[in-house]
Amino acid sequence: MKQYDLVIIGGGPAGMAAAIAAYDEGVSDILIIERDKELGGILNQCIHNGFGLHTFKEELTGPEYAARFAQQVYERGIAFKLNTMVMDISEQKVVTAMNAHDGMFEVQAKAVVLAMGCRERSRGALNIPGYRPAGIYSAGTAQRLVNMEGFMPGKEVVILGSGDIGLIMARRMTLEGAKVKVVAELMPYSGGLKRNIVQCLNDFDIPLKLSHTVVDIEGKERVEAVTIAQVGADRKPIPGTEERYTCDTLLLSCGLLPENELSRTAGVELSPVTSGPVVNESLETSVEGIFACGNVLHVHDLVDYVSQEAAVAGRHAAEYIKADAMEKSSGKTIQIEGEGGVRYTVPGFIRPDCMDENLTVRFRVGNVYQNCSIVTYFDDREIARRKRPVMAPGEMEQIILQKKQLQNDVSRVKIVIEPNS
Amino acid sequence: MYDVIVIGGGVTGCAIARELSKFEGKGCVIEAGDDVCSGTSKANSAIIHAGFDAAPGSNKARLNVRGNAMMDELAEKLDISFRRNGSLVVRTAEQPEEGLRQLLEKGRQNGVPGIRIVAGEELRAMEPNLADTVVEALYAPTGAIVCPFEMTIAFAENAYENGMEFRLETTVKEIEKEEGGYCVRVEKRAADQTVTTEELHTKAVVNAAGVYADVWNNRVSENKIHITARKGEYLLLDKVAGNHVQHTIFQLPGKMGKGVLVTQTVHGNLLVGPTAKDIDDKEGVNTTPEGLDYLPDSAAVSVKNLPLRQVITSFAGLRAHEDGDDFVLGEAADAPNFYNAAGIESPGLSSAPAIGEEIAAEVAAKLGLQKKEGFKDTRKGVQHLAELSMEQRNELIRQNPAYGNIICRCEMISEGEILDAIHRPIGARSLDAVKRRTRAGMGRCQSGFCSPRVIDILNRECGIPMEQVRKNSGASNFIVGKNKEI
Amino acid sequence: MAKEIIELTCIGCPLGCSLKVEKQDAEILSVEGNTCPRGDAYARKEVTNPTRIVTSSVKVVGGEVETVSCKTASDIPKNLIFSVIEVLRGQTVTAPVRIGDVLVKNVCDTGVDIVATKEVQSA
Repeated sequence: MKQYDLVIIGGGPAGMAAAIAAYDEGVSDILIIERDKELGGILNQCIHNGFGLHTFKEELTGPEYAARFAQQVYERGIAFKLNTMVMDISEQKVVTAMNAHDGMFEVQAKAVVLAMGCRERSRGALNIPGYRPAGIYSAGTAQRLVNMEGFMPGKEVVILGSGDIGLIMARRMTLEGAKVKVVAELMPYSGGLKRNIVQCLNDFDIPLKLSHTVVDIEGKERVEAVTIAQVGADRKPIPGTEERYTCDTLLLSCGLLPENELSRTAGVELSPVTSGPVVNESLETSVEGIFACGNVLHVHDLVDYVSQEAAVAGRHAAEYIKADAMEKSSGKTIQIEGEGGVRYTVPGFIRPDCMDENLTVRFRVGNVYQNCSIVTYFDDREIARRKRPVMAPGEMEQIILQKKQLQNDVSRVKIVIEPNS
Repeated sequence: MYDVIVIGGGVTGCAIARELSKFEGKGCVIEAGDDVCSGTSKANSAIIHAGFDAAPGSNKARLNVRGNAMMDELAEKLDISFRRNGSLVVRTAEQPEEGLRQLLEKGRQNGVPGIRIVAGEELRAMEPNLADTVVEALYAPTGAIVCPFEMTIAFAENAYENGMEFRLETTVKEIEKEEGGYCVRVEKRAADQTVTTEELHTKAVVNAAGVYADVWNNRVSENKIHITARKGEYLLLDKVAGNHVQHTIFQLPGKMGKGVLVTQTVHGNLLVGPTAKDIDDKEGVNTTPEGLDYLPDSAAVSVKNLPLRQVITSFAGLRAHEDGDDFVLGEAADAPNFYNAAGIESPGLSSAPAIGEEIAAEVAAKLGLQKKEGFKDTRKGVQHLAELSMEQRNELIRQNPAYGNIICRCEMISEGEILDAIHRPIGARSLDAVKRRTRAGMGRCQSGFCSPRVIDILNRECGIPMEQVRKNSGASNFIVGKNKEI
Repeated sequence: MAKEIIELTCIGCPLGCSLKVEKQDAEILSVEGNTCPRGDAYARKEVTNPTRIVTSSVKVVGGEVETVSCKTASDIPKNLIFSVIEVLRGQTVTAPVRIGDVLVKNVCDTGVDIVATKEVQSA
């Protein structure tokens, strides 16, 4: 069996950034395994601009952002296999994969970085009643057809869900000649970035109907009409509020789910909130030497944060391979708990001995909060308070914990959203 | 001139066609969909019932028990995914004891082997996730699960290989008695939606037209039948939920009606359903808010802690319910050589092999068809990678590298399997047809990732223009044109 | 002319501040709601001279794929979005294509080029 120090599952933004960081930390025996025909992952179909403001201080499109990282992978001579599907990861870090050239093969890794990304919630998972004709696409599927293959999946479009991909596709299909009739959003707020609502909907006078959902899909062969209705506080449709839109296409942009089937085969513990692995400060999962980053860990809003997070995972994977981390840890752990609207935190716990000087803790809130603060407590001691004029579930939040503050007596860290007095 | 035309390429029509292909004579199956198995046969509980449910002496009881017994050999010979997981009909504390005893007695009369009542620790050990209110159950070890797609397609492919003709996307418009048999007028719709009509002449007709079987019987016979489309809605759960129950869990009918079943599927998903609602539209396969709301509530009567977050799709199918509540089988008294296989609702899938045997024998005897020399009674399905060892896979990939190229990530289906589905007898020409033969698109992402790739493959392999690659039949195209050109 | 209040959502960063711009004729009297100077600048520009980067795709001849993504190299006036798309209709480029290759020079007389955003190798 071939051996590698580090095997990275996925060659998207997370996998590439992890590989680069691990290499720069001194581990060069790396293999990236990518299922698609090129590095870059989902960025290759995200041809809109808005990527890289944090990382490169300029606004790039998805393929450009991906190309910059791919270039760094090439420059370092990091090995990668394309068109290769990982089929299994064992707890002992044997990775089983397959492609047309090598057939099915196994490699033994000292450490593994999980960077498989996420998938879209399907119509079936949303329990939308109606027929099941052609013309119902997840927004990402439509994006691939339009942006990578040059084909239009429809002419008259209704979009359910105001996630970013849905908003981007509303603009994209409008520019390519389709009529986007309405975007319906179940929640009373949009799950997408403000800039996308402005530039993808408002610019083209596409109405956004908050607190609305699809209650019927008509059409036995191709979609013929979609009915949406307003929902109450219980998110159930309100009878009498139905509006019927004739259309040939329904796009769904109703959330992303970390794709952790492989993590499961390795016995990695998953969080019921994020559907991603539970990780420590080094972004290491419950299985020693298996790390996770990017959208497989938790769904991000900006790719820049994915790259930052993945670099942390890659660097710690390299340290693990060099056996530093094992030596450092005294076994003490501190839980990080989210309260008052903080849905989850990544990482979920810290081993203070293994912590970097500064640790970024990322999280999402469960509702829209205005004039609130993110407050950090060590046990019951308030450590930091940062005012946030607005927070929304569609946007990731973060705080920085400093190692020097986290001294011996702390048993838990609490992050709370509190209204400003 | 045909000897026999079978109307309907569902499991019943295909089972009959396969049995007919054991005899000499020229036969044809006419199917309105773009593929066999595209009506009732594709959307049901995927159960081979043990046979205790139907009234003793009925067609349903006799053919169900016989069909069930035929399945082991058929599954082996025709390469059909089939497993005897056993079934349990559960009784809750507030239901009367007699109900289950009556069912047991009926099962014994019907000749169902091995049935008995289980309770207490034995029952809990068999199914730890039964609802707490469940007190006992009727256990039928011959209860089984099957892939209805594979079953129907296997019958069809094997019939085809033995000389049966299949006309797909062909709708029967009229049937008239004529000298020496029947004239069947059909309409063929091509992928570009152009329509051609043709008159076919045949000595005999087998009416296996599902929910439309009453239309054709009533066209030639004065013994009118009436079929109601009874809608059944289902929830399908991800394979991570597949082990929530091991057996097929039925409910003893109670105050809430018949109740829904919860079962593992033969591919390891969990299936919940069906509802039962009579509707007017014989193609009304839409799911409804009421149905989707009802399913979890009803399932909770028998099974606790259903992981509903793991639902990956919902669907509805129609059962062909005849007013007489039994299968209508055999030659119509006043229409010689017109054979019905009508009113085939549950346990229709279970009974299909036996119905095929019985009807084909009847037709062959009447027409004086001889047994065919060299009938090939085996068929191999699409070679699934998942069933092979690493060495076997690598040998396959060396021979054909397409087997190393995964197209459907969720079900791990390779390009090689999809090419096989396209290029085999009665090959797939649509995404749904590919899906039913390979499971590509049947997983948790519900074809989000693989559909653009399968569209490309159908375009490349079959020369179907991108704009004409379809989900199934009719105008179910995925793509409406090129960018900036619509 | 009367004073006019224009409400905008700032797109400068994910914060998405709600902005109120008070305007009289061509003169901006005030900008409120912004939490940084970029918000102020965005608001002033958005009500006087709104611009956008346009991203789209064009057909590739002789490439390993048939489509390449592209963008305006910098902002163009918002009211020219559809004119730019119109120029791209029927536009083709011959492989190989490199990131930054100019596909259309000075699109719609904006002084801005359309450039490729992805590499496409020859078939």
